[in-house]
Amino acid sequence: MGIFLQQLVNGLELGSLYALIALGYTLIYGILELLNFAHGDVFMVGAFLAAGVAALLVHNEVAAVPAGIAVGLMLLVAMGGAGLLGVGIERVAYRPLRNASRLAPLITAIGVSLLLESAVQVGVSPAPVLVPSNALVPQATIHLGSIESPLTGVLLFAASLALMIGLDVFVFRTRFGSAMRATAQDREAATFMGIDVDRVIMVTFFVASALAGLGGVLFGLRYASIDFFMGYLLGIKAFTAAVIGGIGNIRGAMVGGLLLGVLESLSGGFISTQFQDTFVFLTLILVLLVRPQGLFGQPLADRA
Amino acid sequence: MRYGPVPALREVSMEIRRGEIVCLLGGNASGKSTTMKTVIGSVRPAKGSVWYEGQDITGWNTSRRVANGIAIVPEARRIFPRLTVRENLMMGAFIRQDRDEIDADLERVMVMFPRLKERHSQRGGTMSGGEQQMLAMGRALMARPRFLCMDEPSMGLAPVLVEQQFETIQRLNASGITIFVVEQNARMALAIANRGYVLQSGRVVLTGTAASLLENPQMQRAYLGI
Repeated sequence: MGIFLQQLVNGLELGSLYALIALGYTLIYGILELLNFAHGDVFMVGAFLAAGVAALLVHNEVAAVPAGIAVGLMLLVAMGGAGLLGVGIERVAYRPLRNASRLAPLITAIGVSLLLESAVQVGVSPAPVLVPSNALVPQATIHLGSIESPLTGVLLFAASLALMIGLDVFVFRTRFGSAMRATAQDREAATFMGIDVDRVIMVTFFVASALAGLGGVLFGLRYASIDFFMGYLLGIKAFTAAVIGGIGNIRGAMVGGLLLGVLESLSGGFISTQFQDTFVFLTLILVLLVRPQGLFGQPLADRA
Repeated sequence: MRYGPVPALREVSMEIRRGEIVCLLGGNASGKSTTMKTVIGSVRPAKGSVWYEGQDITGWNTSRRVANGIAIVPEARRIFPRLTVRENLMMGAFIRQDRDEIDADLERVMVMFPRLKERHSQRGGTMSGGEQQMLAMGRALMARPRFLCMDEPSMGLAPVLVEQQFETIQRLNASGITIFVVEQNARMALAIANRGYVLQSGRVVLTGTAASLLENPQMQRAYLGI
């Protein structure tokens, strides 16, 4: 029982990271029916931006400014930078192809993904980069009975959850959120309402990418090591989480992410760590066989 | 007007004056739909221009036209299927900022169409065709338009609903909204319109007051089935 609860906690932590990234896939898919395969790499760039800020502010494991301010700056630069990167990618790689066949932007997405990975590999570092997490966040461990979790892990979970709730409120309770949903459901009819669809798409990319940037910061603080290829597998898993939840469905992405994290952690803890990724993708296959629209998705027939 | 390799419209010159109901009639592929798209800005004409309230709006996109008082009841209604009835109506008011007035208009629209009030929390896509037509109307009215464009409002509706629909159009017009309606159902449209235009292969072949069109023998043979 103790191991089970411990793995559950680990899984929720990992899952909240998947959920943050999965939200980006699902937001963009919901509005453009586009799989933004560069999204995992936007997460990676966010992590590197945060690491860059940390490198400027932390010398010899001592932060030059109060740690709170340093982390705040990392969040600002990583989320803002990743958000703008996402907007730029849409402008350059997807918008010109909006009326092209659906395959074309899929290919440019893969191109952008490779471009970002290579740019960071060649321009920054081909080897893992260390994030001076211990100078920025107290390296305490939280104990709850027999379960323990590092403070950074708890922070990761709490920050992800807060942002997810914020996003949910934004999409379901604000005027602009309604405009986003309307655009996702019928883009032309949205223009009939006076909605500037290009602006809605831009904001969607900004929000989705900023969430990935947040994921990058949290990842760096939690695991203290990042590399140019980190967005690849994590991106694929987050995408899997979005599909399991029902691609295009925001709450589905959150639940899918948490579920996938827990599943990965439990299968790693009880069956085999070497096979934990296998179980993740096996779950994807099973879900697609039994419920192709995902747990929360609309049946495909009435999506038109 | 040209889109794709073949010009859809050749010589279409139309004028709609403030306070009028003007209908555009014609058979399939006559260019009705393209004319409507040109008016609302879904397609740009290769030649020619569109003027509205003394301004050349040819280069304006649809959302800018809507922001300037043009509302659209699109063909096939185009309700947002997974927004609730109330959310659909509120989308119609997207361009407005006057919160209190928007709430008052929401109430007014729900009085006008009691069915929408009954079903306000239901998803738009679950409504019947007639209810969706009401919703599309209500949604357009939420923009407080000065100029209302309606594309085939009678399509797919039972005759009794078509009648109601046209009564509503007359009432809206009486409240000061200028109306442009594209319609297959020539008899119904001419019964409420001040003037009409008839399109054939992308050209205006007939125009005049509704009364004169109803009398016109060519019109009677081709579109009124007399």
